[in-house]
Amino acid sequence: MRVRSVLAAGAAALVTLTAAACGSGDAGGGEATSAGPVKLQFLSLAWQKESIAANKELVETWNKANPTIQVEYVQGSWDNVNDQLVTSFEGGEAPDVIHDDSPALSGFASRGYLLDLKDKLPAELKGDIPQAAWDTVTFSDGKDGQGVYGVPFLQESQVIIANKKLLDEADVRVPTAEEPWTWDEFAEITRKLTKPGKRFGVAWPMKSPVNKVLNLSLNFGGTFFQTDAAGKSTVKVGPEERQVLQRIHDQLHKDKSADPSALGMGTADPLPGFFDGKYALLPAGVFLRQQVVEQAPEGFEWVTIPPLKGTSAEQGAVSQTLSVAAQSKHPDEAVKFISFFLNGPNQVKLAKGDWLLPTSTSAAKDSSINAEKDGWDVATASAKNLVVAPFLKVNGYDEWRTKVATPALQQYFANKITLDAAAKTLVEEGNKVLERYSS
Amino acid sequence: MRALGRAGQYVALVAYVVFLGFPLVWLFSTALKTPREMGNLNPSWVPADPTLANFAAAFGEQDLVGSAVRSLVVALATSVITVVISLPAAYAMARHRSALNRAATGWVLVSQVFPFILIIIPLFMVLRALDLVSTLTGLVLVHVTFVLPFALWMLQGYVRAVPRELEEAASVDGAGRLRALASVVAPLLAPGVVATLLFAFISSWNEFLFALVVLKDPDVATLPLTLVKFTGPEGVSRLGPLAAASLLATIPSLVFFAIIQRRLRSGLMAGAVKG
Repeated sequence: MRVRSVLAAGAAALVTLTAAACGSGDAGGGEATSAGPVKLQFLSLAWQKESIAANKELVETWNKANPTIQVEYVQGSWDNVNDQLVTSFEGGEAPDVIHDDSPALSGFASRGYLLDLKDKLPAELKGDIPQAAWDTVTFSDGKDGQGVYGVPFLQESQVIIANKKLLDEADVRVPTAEEPWTWDEFAEITRKLTKPGKRFGVAWPMKSPVNKVLNLSLNFGGTFFQTDAAGKSTVKVGPEERQVLQRIHDQLHKDKSADPSALGMGTADPLPGFFDGKYALLPAGVFLRQQVVEQAPEGFEWVTIPPLKGTSAEQGAVSQTLSVAAQSKHPDEAVKFISFFLNGPNQVKLAKGDWLLPTSTSAAKDSSINAEKDGWDVATASAKNLVVAPFLKVNGYDEWRTKVATPALQQYFANKITLDAAAKTLVEEGNKVLERYSS
Repeated sequence: MRALGRAGQYVALVAYVVFLGFPLVWLFSTALKTPREMGNLNPSWVPADPTLANFAAAFGEQDLVGSAVRSLVVALATSVITVVISLPAAYAMARHRSALNRAATGWVLVSQVFPFILIIIPLFMVLRALDLVSTLTGLVLVHVTFVLPFALWMLQGYVRAVPRELEEAASVDGAGRLRALASVVAPLLAPGVVATLLFAFISSWNEFLFALVVLKDPDVATLPLTLVKFTGPEGVSRLGPLAAASLLATIPSLVFFAIIQRRLRSGLMAGAVKG
């Protein structure tokens, strides 16, 4: 009886609520009516509290100043944005303005999903962002040409978060952007900071090791890919590519200055151990500073160490981007919105919200992101080392990364295979994957 | 010896309850912790400095209540429609054995092996043609389609367990086919129906991928779509608000279980047919 009553009540509620919900309409892309304003949908992937607030504030400011072009803010998620976008593009329901990262743009561009912004952006915005950043969003249009498929606005460099007290105790030189640690110096310092059974000099969280290793390998000129005149990419693992791999492996298994148990961790997972003094140094992207500020125990002193130097301090970079869907009914209005959203002062707000580096050269000069507090000065200065990540333009990279490189690197760092074996897998298995994408 | 066996059973039961309860208790504990306490290498069960800030953040930043209501609507609709469709179908398939039935049962099981991702774009196109994108009706339709095969297969087993002799006895007593079904078979199938309802409810309540694809309008987002907004790239998340929001997400399903779990009992047919 009770079940029947519950079901009956449920059914009644369903009829009412579903009917009400069915009325809530079509999300669609931008739409305009003859009488009303142009409506644009903006898919944002901001997820940190400050970042969401900054995004919403900018949208609100725009909407107030532009009553004829109204933007609807929609929050997406990094985890699944590309699945969401593929169906949206295929179904003709894509948002007008799309927040994503540059590795995703290549595939979307070649399939004609994104608008080529090459001749649509204002000179002021073009000039404010350096060519190295534009390179991260310049891809083949799937025919014979090259196009610009997004505006790059936030980038990440790899720095080292360090326990200040432990550095002082070990009397270690705190490096500057002008005089960074070399990889040799770094190895020596991690050995010095290691107290067997009590503390490791460094923790390398390598749950997703590939992008990290590839970006850092540029320190020694390691690119991992080569492209022939016909545009066909193949994998290479020569002496330059082996440097960073070998050095991290040495810390783990020769010097024993890196904790092997941290290998399976995600980026933020070693933080409790770092705060507890179990690790003295934590290589990470600049955004991790936000988590450190939020979670560090009272009185915990930490510093941001500039990027390491090999033969150079160059690092590979990808960018967060704003793009316009090719199917948008209002591309010009969408470009206008992006030009406002990513101007210098606004990039400062966005960079602070996400604890990342702005691509805007005028934003990079802003005093608030050059202050010593929370390592902003070091983080912002590190932007000069960023160059386009070599893997960004390799068709099939994503499959190579997940199916070949991730397991190979994890096995190598866990000391289950040799560097030669890892290199052989990366090249031979990798080329089989890339071959499929080049035909 | 028997007492020892009984004690062992209780120990195993307690261990199982602890195993099942652990994530929920941990979620509750995490929801009450400050970010600083979450960064502690030696976490404690009881928060040292309990705070409701995570709940305030979760409820203040996202439409959790609205999402939960929509999820509830979709899950209830899915479970009821699934049972309404699969019950008569399961009866027909269980009682009338034929080559066609065997083929249908086989097809139902085969349909379970298709990866969701394979059909997601065609499905989206179909819903778009029906003007059902960004509607809860569209999502219910998709969820029913995907829950139905397993529900059908599940209910078939329950129908087969009801002896035919009971229906025959009812007809000897003068009951027509429908009367026999309504008065004799249906009550005996209650545990099966409840189990199927629960299965359909949970499947729909937790479902993420289809909801992500179908519900483009943020105003109609279901709870899984709202929860994921507390996560960032590379597995980094805002653990406190996420724990608080996830705790809320467990409440409706717990209530639903509490209401109908009493019907989940077996043994109704014990001794129904003897000799």
